[in-house]
Amino acid sequence: MNASLSFRGASVTAVIVVLLTGIMAIASLLPASSPVQVSPFIMTLAGKYLAYAMLALAVDLVWGFAGILTLGHAAFFALGGYAMGMYLVREIGARGVYGNADLPDFMVFLSWKSLPWYWWGSDHFPMALVLMLVVPAALAGLFGWLAFRSRVSGVYLSIITQALTYALMLAFFQNGFGFGGNNGLTDFKDILGFDLHSPYTRAGMLFVSGLILAGALLAARYVVGGRFGSLLIAVRDAESRTRFLGYRPEQVKLLVWVFSAVIAAIGGALYVIQVGIINPGEFAPANSIEAVIWVAVGGRGTLSGAVVGAILVNLGKTLFTAWLPEMWLYGLGALFMATTLFLPQGLMGLMHHMPKKRPSEVTPEVTNPEGGEA
Amino acid sequence: MSPRFSRRDFTKFSLAASAAMLAGVRGAAAATPKGEPIRIGVLHSLSGTMAISETTLKDVILMLVELQNRKGGVLGRPLEAVVVDPASNWPLFAEKARQLLAVDKVASVFGCWTSVSRKSVLPVFEELNGILFYPVQYEGQECSRNVFYTGAAPNQQAIPAVDYLLSADGGGAKRFALIGTDYVYPRTTNQILQNYLKSKGIADADIMVNYTPFGQSDWQTIVSQLKAFGSAGKKTAVVSTINGDANVPFYKELGAQGISATDIPVMAFSVGEEELAGMDTKPLVGQLAAWNYFESIDSPANKSFIKEWHDYTKNPKRTTNDPMEASYIGFNLWVQAVEKVGSTDHDKVIDAMVGLKQANLTGGTAQVLPNHHITKPVYIGEIQDDGQFNVVWQTPKEVPGMAWSPYVPETKNLIGDWTRPVSCGNYDTVKKACLGAKHG
Amino acid sequence: MAEFAMSGPAALSGRKMRNGVRGIFAAVLLSLLFIQPHNARADEDVFAGLATTQFNTIASSVDQIAQQGGPRALPVLRALADRKLFATREGDGLFIRTDSGWEDARSGASATPDEETLRPVRVNNRVRLAVAAAEAELELVSGTPAERQASAMLFYQRHDPAMLPAIDKALSKTDDVTLKNTLQDARAAALLSPGAPVSDAQAQQQAVAKLKAAGGLDARGVLAQASTSEALDPATRKAAEAAVSSIDFKLKLWGFGQDAFYGLSLGSVLLLAAMGLAITFGVMGVINMAHGELMMIGAYTTWLTQKAVLSVAPALGSFSLVLAIPAAFLVCGALGIVIERGLIRFLYGRPLETLLATWGLSLILQQVIRSLFGPTNVAVTTPPWLSGSFHLGGIEVTIDRLAIMIFAVVVMAGLMLVLRRTPLGLEMRAVTQNRRMAALMGIRTARVDALTFGLGSGIAGLAGVAVSQIDNVSPNLGQSYIIDSFLVVVFGGVGNLWGTLAAAATLGVGGKALEPLVGAVSGKILLLVLVILYIQRHPRGMFPLRGRGVES
Repeated sequence: MNASLSFRGASVTAVIVVLLTGIMAIASLLPASSPVQVSPFIMTLAGKYLAYAMLALAVDLVWGFAGILTLGHAAFFALGGYAMGMYLVREIGARGVYGNADLPDFMVFLSWKSLPWYWWGSDHFPMALVLMLVVPAALAGLFGWLAFRSRVSGVYLSIITQALTYALMLAFFQNGFGFGGNNGLTDFKDILGFDLHSPYTRAGMLFVSGLILAGALLAARYVVGGRFGSLLIAVRDAESRTRFLGYRPEQVKLLVWVFSAVIAAIGGALYVIQVGIINPGEFAPANSIEAVIWVAVGGRGTLSGAVVGAILVNLGKTLFTAWLPEMWLYGLGALFMATTLFLPQGLMGLMHHMPKKRPSEVTPEVTNPEGGEA
Repeated sequence: MSPRFSRRDFTKFSLAASAAMLAGVRGAAAATPKGEPIRIGVLHSLSGTMAISETTLKDVILMLVELQNRKGGVLGRPLEAVVVDPASNWPLFAEKARQLLAVDKVASVFGCWTSVSRKSVLPVFEELNGILFYPVQYEGQECSRNVFYTGAAPNQQAIPAVDYLLSADGGGAKRFALIGTDYVYPRTTNQILQNYLKSKGIADADIMVNYTPFGQSDWQTIVSQLKAFGSAGKKTAVVSTINGDANVPFYKELGAQGISATDIPVMAFSVGEEELAGMDTKPLVGQLAAWNYFESIDSPANKSFIKEWHDYTKNPKRTTNDPMEASYIGFNLWVQAVEKVGSTDHDKVIDAMVGLKQANLTGGTAQVLPNHHITKPVYIGEIQDDGQFNVVWQTPKEVPGMAWSPYVPETKNLIGDWTRPVSCGNYDTVKKACLGAKHG
Repeated sequence: MAEFAMSGPAALSGRKMRNGVRGIFAAVLLSLLFIQPHNARADEDVFAGLATTQFNTIASSVDQIAQQGGPRALPVLRALADRKLFATREGDGLFIRTDSGWEDARSGASATPDEETLRPVRVNNRVRLAVAAAEAELELVSGTPAERQASAMLFYQRHDPAMLPAIDKALSKTDDVTLKNTLQDARAAALLSPGAPVSDAQAQQQAVAKLKAAGGLDARGVLAQASTSEALDPATRKAAEAAVSSIDFKLKLWGFGQDAFYGLSLGSVLLLAAMGLAITFGVMGVINMAHGELMMIGAYTTWLTQKAVLSVAPALGSFSLVLAIPAAFLVCGALGIVIERGLIRFLYGRPLETLLATWGLSLILQQVIRSLFGPTNVAVTTPPWLSGSFHLGGIEVTIDRLAIMIFAVVVMAGLMLVLRRTPLGLEMRAVTQNRRMAALMGIRTARVDALTFGLGSGIAGLAGVAVSQIDNVSPNLGQSYIIDSFLVVVFGGVGNLWGTLAAAATLGVGGKALEPLVGAVSGKILLLVLVILYIQRHPRGMFPLRGRGVES
């Protein structure tokens, strides 16, 4: 796949993202009578899409550039979300329905007497940031270190990433786990003293999300652009050969894996602030698969494509669940099939002219059960 | 997929779908009422795991809209239902709620099934001051100004059900197994029941609590544990808060291991006619369920409702169930409130709701209480071999819904009262003050 | 419904007075002895109580009928249990609905009542219990040998001291060894139960010894109660306590066997679900996310077959499952071939992209089924020959689960045969090992691909038939199996059927061994973590494919 050059559009995309979110943020503060006012509904939607774009970017980094098809990236996204959610829940304080300043509502009515130890410090925003970065990074580090060291690859890796997020989902579903069980964390009031429902906070959050996404795009571009990027592509396309040349593919993979997990986690945190709820459903394997699909639709290995794909697919979902509530699954399903059949390089591939190889041509080397791409 | 396969099914489907849409949404405009339609939102999952339960409620609301329009609409204007699919995805519920309230500007929303979906949309309804009618039995411990809870609170289902099991007619149970899916409704209900059973003199050793994941399909171990628990020489009963999907394999395993209702009766809170429609009920005869409505109850209002439902769905075998009646009550209460104040203004309607009365389908009256719950009769039914319930017990009169449980220490002093002068959902009767931030 | 209404709390508190009296028998008997002393009169109409709407009156009437015996007792009680007994709304007329019409309950003569005035006699669990007991009492004397044995078992399980005279009477009349043994167990259990007539220490200890020998949960329950019962001799209590721990030990040992059975049964479900995937994914390299939906379609085919058989030939209804097996295989196999020709064949060599396309397909298939058959569960009935359970020592074997285990093994063997002993199997292996070479040798690879995918899909359909017997059949069925199926195939080693078998068995038994220890949820989490760690150590699963092509 000749994708290594097509990520150069990333900086352009970053600029567009910042400009668009900036304009939207300002327009949202206009009076409702103004024809160009952006409604709070659009603002919350846009915030959600940007958070999903972060997740898609993270998936593209590992799938597009390191050849690791992750079916469990939503785990890191949700962990980041929970870290932020813990802070937001504590920020409610005595304004909860039971007026208990120390315990979140769900702990009060299940008769918990004190906060579990792992909630320590969760009422401080910096602690939320630390948790948001450290927990997913540590999990990704441990998982990746074990997996890449013993050269787990291909579908084996895909399936155990899926098992990982599935196990986490089951764990977070349990009420005894201390994160609100199936209901998760919700009913947030404010962040750092800013009212979450005020238009100013919404405008600010959207712009911050835009900045962070742009930053992540540039950082990702920097990572995959230099010598390290060439090494990544080498590992993706011929791992054994790279190893024989004296490189350590497992370290290369681990680095990009942890970096990607952190991007996903930041996305999750942004998501929770703007969507207002985090619950174990976010760990569902289906969510991870969908994230992969956004990347496939946008164009794998292009960075910008991931962002575009995430936004377009979710926009479609928003529109079709409202317009065609009983038919939209046909459309979504058909979109995924059509993309893989007719747009093997996604929308970005369409922009960069037709792919050089016809999709139906089968390369003889890749007929082994492991698959050649992994 | 070959084009032929997909096209044939697609055509069949789209025909059915467009027929439904014509009948439900578009048909509204063709009726006698005139003027700008009044829009109401329908927020039930039509795909994903909850579609199995929620699709029916969407159909009920569409039917009620059609009937109302045939009767001349509301305020002389036609009703129009805006249907969206939140796809069993909880954040999507919040997004769709915002869309209904902010973009479609609906007068009220009928929707949600799971507690988490309600919790997810709650901040949206409170921020945008919408009205939500929530038609499913739930764990209580919530009282929002913007929600009307037309399903049962725990004191309208769980407590009477356990009373029945303790009574001589119910077998005089002395040992209880509380089996549930691990989420907030079973957790809270079981906590309330544990405290209640203890207050009735049941020892800790005679209460077994077990939780399983969603969609549990292998019940072999748990049923054998139940069997062992039930062999201690005391009459044992099971109280099941198992979530919809997992019930079929649970009952199948009970049957396979030869546990019948006369040995260990199972009292279920989430098994209704709709769930039984997917089961062979012969091995289940005598198993119990507690609801505020049963299809088998013989009353003129219920008969005509069932007939309308069969006509509307063009399926003479389609069952009715408790949440459907709750949707029916909620819808009619809202119509009454709108007619009463002559406007769909949210604040006016909310204030007009308290005190309104609506006849139940099974007899008796549902009255809206200051805590936005309603009065409901409680029935205990035994499963029959035809998939229906035989009512074996009922409360002498309607039970008023309690938002906060008196059997949970943290909430025993709380009441909800959205009328002046209290105007608050979590009023502490001892401290004489509202707790936390003022809601709504 | 108003006339059926029981007075709620008031009646409850009234009934509480009788709560001290244990057991339905005792309560009914006492009420007969003290409240209705004229019970003994033979000319009294014991049937009249059935025509009331009060459950306690109906239940005591049932008991009186049993006491009085007579030729009409059993037919009336059986009609009551089958809800074929009707009463007139006014007065106390009682009629039984028969296949051809009506008969008078009291006389058995055929009758023509006005159906408009009839209502079914009310039945609840309390009445059902009384009917079962009364039937047992009557059948113990007059039933067939099998009915007598079942009645004696019921007496044993109920162990009500009030039934001691009936047990003694039956004991004196029978020579059958098995029946005698059960009756003696029942007698021992009744003697040790609360409310039993005062007996000497020796008789009590004999009873304890008898129950200890009988073993099982029922005996344990009686003994556990006896060990704390003040009414019994202290030495008896001690012996009962010892007997309980002895039974507990045996139960625990059998418990391991029981858990192994549960585990293997879960494993066989996993094996069935994963086997089709082992072909499409393991052999062809297609990550078929629609595999679960193919199972779901197999289950719906079972449902449709059942419906069709019931409408065409109701007599064969209970064997429709046998017909459903080939039907599901053919339907899903054909659908599989269509999917392969229409979608998969464009994606060979891009296995990870088959994942995305088939995921889309799975969404569509779910929605198609939802639109065609509705979003709710459909009822697939379990035929009588698959219902129930039997005991193998202390292990309870449920027949439906056993059947699924056997089915899984048969399907596995069949699949092995196809792969190793048929020309198609040979071609399949040739194509997967070296597609170009196979093509050059004249094998029509496209045809082989389609048939291989069809075979895997057909097996998914077979899994659907099996699953329809134990799980609910709804459009969501596939979603709950897909993750586990992939885990099994990967854990076992892609491309190795024996690995799939070993992985399914390991996951099944492991899961069921963990469940009693840490609970269902934590057990599942622990198992997932263990599999993840195992794959970290053995990156190609339990049975890695050896040879060229392993290193990608």
